[in-house]
Amino acid sequence: MIRRRLPVFSMLLAALATASGLCAAAAQAAETRPWAEILKAAEGQTVYWNAWGGDERINAYIAWVRDQVKQNFSIDLQHVKLTDTADAVSRVLAERAAGKKEDGAIDLIWINGENFAAMKDKQLLYGPFTKVLPNFDLVDFDNKPSTLVDFTVPTEGYEAPWGMAKLNFIYDSARVEKTPGSIPELLDWAKTYPGRFTYPAPPDFLGSTFLKQVLIELAPDPAFLQAPVENDSQVEQVARPLWQYLDALHPHLWRGGKGFPASGPAQRQLLDDGEVDITLSFYPSEASSAIANDLLPETARTFVLDKGTIGNTHFVAIPFNAKAVEGALVVTNFLMSPKAQAVKQSPEAWGDDTVLALSKLSDGDRQLFATLPRGDATLSPEELGPTLLEPHPSWMTRIEAEWQQRYAR
Amino acid sequence: MPRRGLLAYLPALTLALFLAPVATGLVGTWLPAFGYFPTLGGDSLTLKSWFVLFAQPGLGESLRLTILSGFLATLIAFLLTILLLAACHGGRLILVLRGLMAPLIAVPHAAVALGLAFLIAPSGWLVRLVSPWATGWQLPPDVATVQDPNALALTFGLVVKELPFLLLMTLAALEHVRAEERLAVARSLGYGPVTAWLKAVLPAVYRQIRLPLYAVLAYALSVVDMALILAPLTPPPLAVQVLRWFNDPDLSMRFVAAAGASLQLLIVAGSIALWRLGEIVVERLGRAWIAGGRRGGNGRITRLLTICLVQGIVALAAAGLLGLALWSVTRRWRYPDVLPSAFSLETWARQAPEVAAIAGTTLATGLAAAAIALVLVLGCLENEQRRGLSLTNRALWLLYTPLLVPQVAFLFGTQVLAIQVGIDATWLALVWSHLLFVLPYVFLTLGDSYRALDERYARTALCLGARPNRVFWQVKLPMLLRPVLFALAVGFAVSVTQYLPTLFAGGGRFVTLTTEAVGLAAGGDRRVIGVYAFLQALLPLLGFAGALALPQLLLGPRAQRRNLQAAA
Amino acid sequence: MSVVNLSQEHGLILSQVEIRHAARRLLGPVSLEVPPGEVVTVMGPSGCGKSSLLALICGTLAPALSGSGRVLLHGEDISARPPETRRVGILFQDDLLFPHLSVAGNLAFGLPPAVHGRQERRERIEAALAEADMLSFYDRDPATLSGGQRARVALLRTLLSEPRALLLDEPFAKLDVALRARFRAFVFDHARAQGLPTLLVTHDPQDAADAGGPRLQIDAEGHIPGGRPAGRGHRPA
Repeated sequence: MIRRRLPVFSMLLAALATASGLCAAAAQAAETRPWAEILKAAEGQTVYWNAWGGDERINAYIAWVRDQVKQNFSIDLQHVKLTDTADAVSRVLAERAAGKKEDGAIDLIWINGENFAAMKDKQLLYGPFTKVLPNFDLVDFDNKPSTLVDFTVPTEGYEAPWGMAKLNFIYDSARVEKTPGSIPELLDWAKTYPGRFTYPAPPDFLGSTFLKQVLIELAPDPAFLQAPVENDSQVEQVARPLWQYLDALHPHLWRGGKGFPASGPAQRQLLDDGEVDITLSFYPSEASSAIANDLLPETARTFVLDKGTIGNTHFVAIPFNAKAVEGALVVTNFLMSPKAQAVKQSPEAWGDDTVLALSKLSDGDRQLFATLPRGDATLSPEELGPTLLEPHPSWMTRIEAEWQQRYAR
Repeated sequence: MPRRGLLAYLPALTLALFLAPVATGLVGTWLPAFGYFPTLGGDSLTLKSWFVLFAQPGLGESLRLTILSGFLATLIAFLLTILLLAACHGGRLILVLRGLMAPLIAVPHAAVALGLAFLIAPSGWLVRLVSPWATGWQLPPDVATVQDPNALALTFGLVVKELPFLLLMTLAALEHVRAEERLAVARSLGYGPVTAWLKAVLPAVYRQIRLPLYAVLAYALSVVDMALILAPLTPPPLAVQVLRWFNDPDLSMRFVAAAGASLQLLIVAGSIALWRLGEIVVERLGRAWIAGGRRGGNGRITRLLTICLVQGIVALAAAGLLGLALWSVTRRWRYPDVLPSAFSLETWARQAPEVAAIAGTTLATGLAAAAIALVLVLGCLENEQRRGLSLTNRALWLLYTPLLVPQVAFLFGTQVLAIQVGIDATWLALVWSHLLFVLPYVFLTLGDSYRALDERYARTALCLGARPNRVFWQVKLPMLLRPVLFALAVGFAVSVTQYLPTLFAGGGRFVTLTTEAVGLAAGGDRRVIGVYAFLQALLPLLGFAGALALPQLLLGPRAQRRNLQAAA
Repeated sequence: MSVVNLSQEHGLILSQVEIRHAARRLLGPVSLEVPPGEVVTVMGPSGCGKSSLLALICGTLAPALSGSGRVLLHGEDISARPPETRRVGILFQDDLLFPHLSVAGNLAFGLPPAVHGRQERRERIEAALAEADMLSFYDRDPATLSGGQRARVALLRTLLSEPRALLLDEPFAKLDVALRARFRAFVFDHARAQGLPTLLVTHDPQDAADAGGPRLQIDAEGHIPGGRPAGRGHRPA
């Protein structure tokens, strides 16, 4: 199988030498081809979509998308299930390290936040491409600014939005009478009911989001968080209330704060098993959706915090060396279509809010959204409260590292 | 004779096929560990990443978990193995257990771990059986029984999985050391059964099972898939932590990951050395113990205890798998219900297209890897016989290399190489990566049987005018049909088990039942986990069933005729 | 018994044959001559290298051993030939019938491919079986045969391969006394009838007596006392 009969060592050195020659940035050029041309080129392509695969309902939705694009665009969509999106970043990097400028293994990545910032910074992304996508114009840029600014990093056309997330809490109303309305109240609640609350271990995105929620709510001046970290003493100062809070909270957590669930869905299972009373979620309709899928009891309900919770947008991006660029573009455009967005928002499926502006849609398309059931466990948009902005990714990196330092040793 | 020419190259080709990726992978991991990885701006050799590595939070705890679970699991599995064999030598129970162990050995680690996780969790089956009526636990107790801070759940999982392997390896070794005679002599000198075995048989057997034991130790120290399910996360054991570092979005962590991977190798090498040291000490003490001449009791307590323990372990593993099967047809099953409150085939129906594709990949990859391994191994063995060679001890070590070197210590380097050669994320790379681990097992499984075949059959056939190739195809192969198919099933099972190689070589494009089951483990929906883990366990079992049934089927007509004639 | 007038070129001739294991001499040097239709017996304690001597003649000497000297069969030096082209048949203590083949399958394995056509091959096998009073055993599984029957099939298999010489490696040792005599006669009759030079190794004097041919003794050191090359002249009257 080793066709070239080179000694092993020289092969390896050659690999590394070639790789070093490619250190220079990969070519990045704006996508400008007409849509019809892209559609045609996309036919018959296989698109490998690397997307977090930790939630069965989301996987089922992606399977639905796969069937749709097969039917409508003759694209063979393959869901490559990740446990962590960073795996995909790592993969693209390994490919560039080996000088693989084209025919990469990944065509599309479900991404946002720190992973996007890292890939954009390292010029590992294809694009800008969003301008050629017909459905991109339907996005609600005015009311959903996070569709253009991802964790304070401008997307600049390197990723396309396909869903809105907002931190919320799910509880079992059969066991919990009064839910906490703020981060300090949550601590009191945890003290009253020891062992009944926890959060997923960072760097799981829900766990990290919980940390950011505490950070924003307790920081003396949250405005700092919108700019990159300046220096250590700034982090130390801004984050001090966070660590004081967690130090106080952890002894009252599930397992005494010594162990944490691996992910949001894992914590949802704990809620269903009765091991905890509250779980975290990013999708406003998750509770309803989980009830519909027999994953939570009928008595599950949602609550949010009075001063608002963190919200963000999730995106898809295309690696610089993607093999099926056209296919990836067509899938992306489909993900932003009213049909795909409406199915996604349905609690029967996933329950993830749309990125589209309903006002920009045709009457027929608008109707798709109007008829969606809300589900008993879903809060109305008014009840969901204000959306807090994500801090700059550099804060996240620092805080996740500090969390490991403090609590994972 | 062109075939003979080809055959002569086979051993070298085989070695190259499975040692070259390991060797280059190691170098490709060491270079970044010492700062050389030009793509990320590392073009000089430094120790920087090692300093960063040792400054990582939780590294000490990771190491503690790794070493604790690795040694404890190996030691317990080893002690149980020898005590069981000592206490029950030659008894019917051994045969029964051997029959039970064979399927258990085929069940992938991940499936065992997932089954156990559900069984022993605070909300798991065991607690449900006694709650709330006996325990008063209306809600599950807040006790870490899975992902516990001392990795005892992982240790237990490893024992469950490694015990059958060690037991079967030791049983095979017993046939080489004339255990019966040794035992008979010792018993006639008045030694109790357990003492006789430990004093007269163990010293000889231990030499035979030393390598498998090291492989178990190395595996337990560097396991990833089981650890992801059973070990604590904050922080996890070293191998899992290294995998995380490799995937860290902060790309400079790749250097630290490479250093961590190299540290993992050092830990395994150091542990094996430490174990060896322990062997020497125990041997000294053992000599004195043997020379002391104490005859020992009738061993009834040892017997009772080990039988209970081993049967308990087998029962737990089986119950875990049963639990998985049950979850896969569950609609609703809440704590503290002992059985699901609503059944449904919906999960199977919904997952069917996905499951079919993934099971197909698993099957195709496993069969390809096992078949290639079989061809290579048969070629090597035939070459060995035709040229009158015999496997030296050193060659055996080479064979064990992929089982002794931790996967995480070289797979990153291998991946970079695969990308360079242009086969990365292809099926070829996937099959090849599985081959590294399938080959040794196929060789170990088939080697003894092949060499045990009476060579006079071949000589007779040659003297009847058959060419060596005809002798191989028409005499040796049909006569070895059972062991050959068994080796194929072993190879297939080993391939199904592979987690890290699939992850690295498959580039995420190739999903097997194992990567899917482990990936889902963090996600929660037990019904879906049930589907994948159950299938993951079922496929290798079907392989073994097939290996047992096929010879009957092929030789069926003659066997039937034989019966008829016997009746007539 | 032999009716053919022998010349030096006929039969099986070993000339200065020696077997070594590394530097150690295991056997020999041996020189002997086995005329067609005659049975020469080599006797010696177990482990003296008798079986290795036969292996050397067959060409299946274990690779760890090395042999020297010449083996001539009907005037042709076969020492360098691969075993399958030497046409030297051998019978062992065990019948070594292939368990995965039927009786006929075993015989067909021995029958040279030069015998063409299904029908003809079948007839040859049936003829051989009939001649041994075993025609009804054609389709049988060897495992269902008695020890004596199996031994006979093994001989038929060898004879069907049309050997030019026959080597016997204690083929009677495992049979019970009554059977042994019958099978011995069966083998020797066939060997003589086909004019095969036959070399028998055994440590059973009765075997040697029945063989009726010259007898050679090997001692534990692999020497042949007296060291004289054996030959025709030594046949007892």
